[in-house]
Amino acid sequence: MAARDDWRRVRAIARKDLTTELRAKAGFNGVASLAVTILVMLGLSLGPDGESLRNAAVGAVWLATLFSGVLAFNRSFQVELEGGALEPLLLYPGPRWTIFAGKLVANLIFVSLIVVIVMMVGIVLFGITIPDRWLALAGVTGLGVFGLVVLGTFYASMSSRSRAREVLLPLLLFPMLVPVLLAATSASKALLGADLMQESGAWIRLLIGYDLVFLIATFIAFEHVIEA
Amino acid sequence: MLRGVTFEVGRGETVALMGPNGSGKSTVLRVLATLIRPNAGNAGVAGLDSVRDAQDVRGRVGYLAHTPGLYDDLTARENLEFAADMLGLPHSAVEATLERAGLGNVSLARVRGFSAGMQRRLALARLMMRRPEVLLLDEPYANLDEAGVELMNSVISEVIESGGTALLALHELAPARAILDRAITLADGRVAAGSPQRAAAH
Repeated sequence: MAARDDWRRVRAIARKDLTTELRAKAGFNGVASLAVTILVMLGLSLGPDGESLRNAAVGAVWLATLFSGVLAFNRSFQVELEGGALEPLLLYPGPRWTIFAGKLVANLIFVSLIVVIVMMVGIVLFGITIPDRWLALAGVTGLGVFGLVVLGTFYASMSSRSRAREVLLPLLLFPMLVPVLLAATSASKALLGADLMQESGAWIRLLIGYDLVFLIATFIAFEHVIEA
Repeated sequence: MLRGVTFEVGRGETVALMGPNGSGKSTVLRVLATLIRPNAGNAGVAGLDSVRDAQDVRGRVGYLAHTPGLYDDLTARENLEFAADMLGLPHSAVEATLERAGLGNVSLARVRGFSAGMQRRLALARLMMRRPEVLLLDEPYANLDEAGVELMNSVISEVIESGGTALLALHELAPARAILDRAITLADGRVAAGSPQRAAAH
């Protein structure tokens, strides 16, 4: 019974966050537009050489996702602070982790949609050929997005009550994301190429390990962060 | 900041916290609602410690803050359905609650377009859904019209009649005069006047 109530809370928070973002003027459309703009700017800065574009494609897609994701993470807690909605949220009975889980699910859906758009634009703009191992590539992207969203949601909760949250979040988040970015881009590049050295497996294992460790750590730490 | 505020409010009592701005009225309510942990001393609600038993306290308390704490891009009904989900209540209770709050005709309108008084009514409707034992109300009559004041007083009376307790932070006594049992005045984080004694422990 308690587990069912907790799951209902998680779904309610995720649905509320997604509805709010889809209806807000600076919501999904704004974040998606920023991601595509970053991708186009990176493409233009690399010049017309097809080989250079293909080599930089993976990094460009991940950078566009990262920068637009930061906006989404900031907004997911800002919506609670506008009009003082955080206090009623904290006063509902039930464990705190349901708040984190609800926001995590909403951010996962939100950022995954952004990634789909960014990848489609990236395929066209950077002339990427879809590889035979596209399913593995999708899996790597999913693992990378998961790591990004777990840490992004957690650090957004930490920085949300600071006046300098727009600056604080990337300062806290980006250094922690270096292993995720490194593993996701290296594995993606290997899968887009021939992967002669069979290196993608090692990077994927690192991604899975990193995601699991930080998923557990952030769920444990969230209660202390949100109470502070 | 509070400096050794000590008082008790009994079961079935409605007590006003009075005092100038910055006297600590809101802080007292926030401590009791588990939103602030006291650095020293302790606060209890319904026999529970507000720090040690915070989760149980949250299940019994209905706290209304200065700000309504609503989601502007959701409709009135969606705001209450969210509250129902968080409280584990069925959605069937939402429509009747909106009607009682006088918001039945705007249930599908987004809160962003609501006046301050309508937002206050919706926040009260959300509070009504909790069926709290203890009401902690911070300036509950702010922005409410005459009908809104009556609604607020009837909600407080219902809680009291069912054996609950109400603590109201007020600037003026007039709207609550009919339902108040006593008043405690705070000044500079201390009890300055009024009876800090309880009628019966709660």
